[in-house]
Amino acid sequence: MPLFDSLYNFAHWLTQNRDEAEDLVQETYAKALKGFGTFQPGTNFRAWIYRILRNTFLTSRTGLAASRTVPLEPEDDQEQTLAVSTETPESILLREAGQQQVQAALERVPVIYREVLLLCDVEEMSYQEIADTLAVPIGTVMSRLYRARKALRAALAGKMREARHA
Amino acid sequence: MPDAWQPKIDPYLDSELSADEMRGMDAHLRECPSCASDALRRLQLKRATRLAGQRYAPSAQFRSRIEKQVAKKSHAVRRWAWVPALVAPVLLLAAVVTVGRWYESYRSQQVLAELADLHVADLASPTPVDVVSSDRHTVKPWFQGKLPFTFDLPELTGTGYTLVGGRVAYLQHEPGAHLLFDVRAHHISVFIFRDTPDIERGFPARDSRGRVLSFNVESWTHGGLRYFAFSDANPEAVEGLCSLLKQAGA
Repeated sequence: MPLFDSLYNFAHWLTQNRDEAEDLVQETYAKALKGFGTFQPGTNFRAWIYRILRNTFLTSRTGLAASRTVPLEPEDDQEQTLAVSTETPESILLREAGQQQVQAALERVPVIYREVLLLCDVEEMSYQEIADTLAVPIGTVMSRLYRARKALRAALAGKMREARHA
Repeated sequence: MPDAWQPKIDPYLDSELSADEMRGMDAHLRECPSCASDALRRLQLKRATRLAGQRYAPSAQFRSRIEKQVAKKSHAVRRWAWVPALVAPVLLLAAVVTVGRWYESYRSQQVLAELADLHVADLASPTPVDVVSSDRHTVKPWFQGKLPFTFDLPELTGTGYTLVGGRVAYLQHEPGAHLLFDVRAHHISVFIFRDTPDIERGFPARDSRGRVLSFNVESWTHGGLRYFAFSDANPEAVEGLCSLLKQAGA
């Protein structure tokens, strides 16, 4: 089961709870086995099984609560992706921040952005694979990634400020 | 101030630009310190996210439970659904092959991305190497006691290549050698690690050549070691150095 570990990691990041993550992965495998006939060999197996997991999450209690967190800015705007960012100097932040602080910052990023960051930077999916998994256009993937990284930088800067004042 | 290239930095680091755009961005980054420093910052954030994101591991009990669930379901399919079961093994085999191939490619991409990060981060560092010498008889002994293996370096006099030095690098928790060479104005990083089962799974072929984030990459095995060469120099320049290293190790 080569995807088992990464599916579990993704599920835990989404749910932020071990029991819920286990239930989510178990249900994903049950649905995947039941609907295996709908998978077309040669198409993207990874995007297919991640889509099952994510759709299952969205119908769970935690997922429904998370999906009520609607982004304040419109999502389909390419111009946001093209907009100039006011950079926080990551090199300084990352030098000072340990892995735990990056993890804590990632926890603060809203689920809608956290999932796209995990799929891109941890699972190293292509934009097309992410679009297939999330069932959104590639433009939306790019704009969500842009906002996700911006949110992560802001969360990291916040964590660092807290650490300095602690 | 950021320019027209700036919005393309993230897609560049995510390997989402076309080959032409990747080449254009490579050239731009060599000329624009502002974008180069922005790209490095973003690469560092991407790398930190990857490391931080690999956080949760399933328990052994849970793994065993799912394995039983999968086995039980497969058994049920054999018992009750014998007609679809005629087709299921074919589909399953195709899926296993697909997943297996994808996993191999995923492993190799993961390893190459990690090495690309090491190459870029080292070049951006004010001290890219810990032993600074063009003398192979100085650099090679420096690794004694630091690595669980040894390797041979070629004589480079008159070849156009210069040994800059080396340092210890880590790939998937395994220590290895990171050697830096110059050819004209370009740098070539050569990484040497033990060919562990983890690395071997990502690189089933003994030799391979390709491009990662527009870097030219060559990889080969020799004597239980796995070599990787990374550079923005042209493929012939990388290949030339690799040939010399292969001859030295032969």
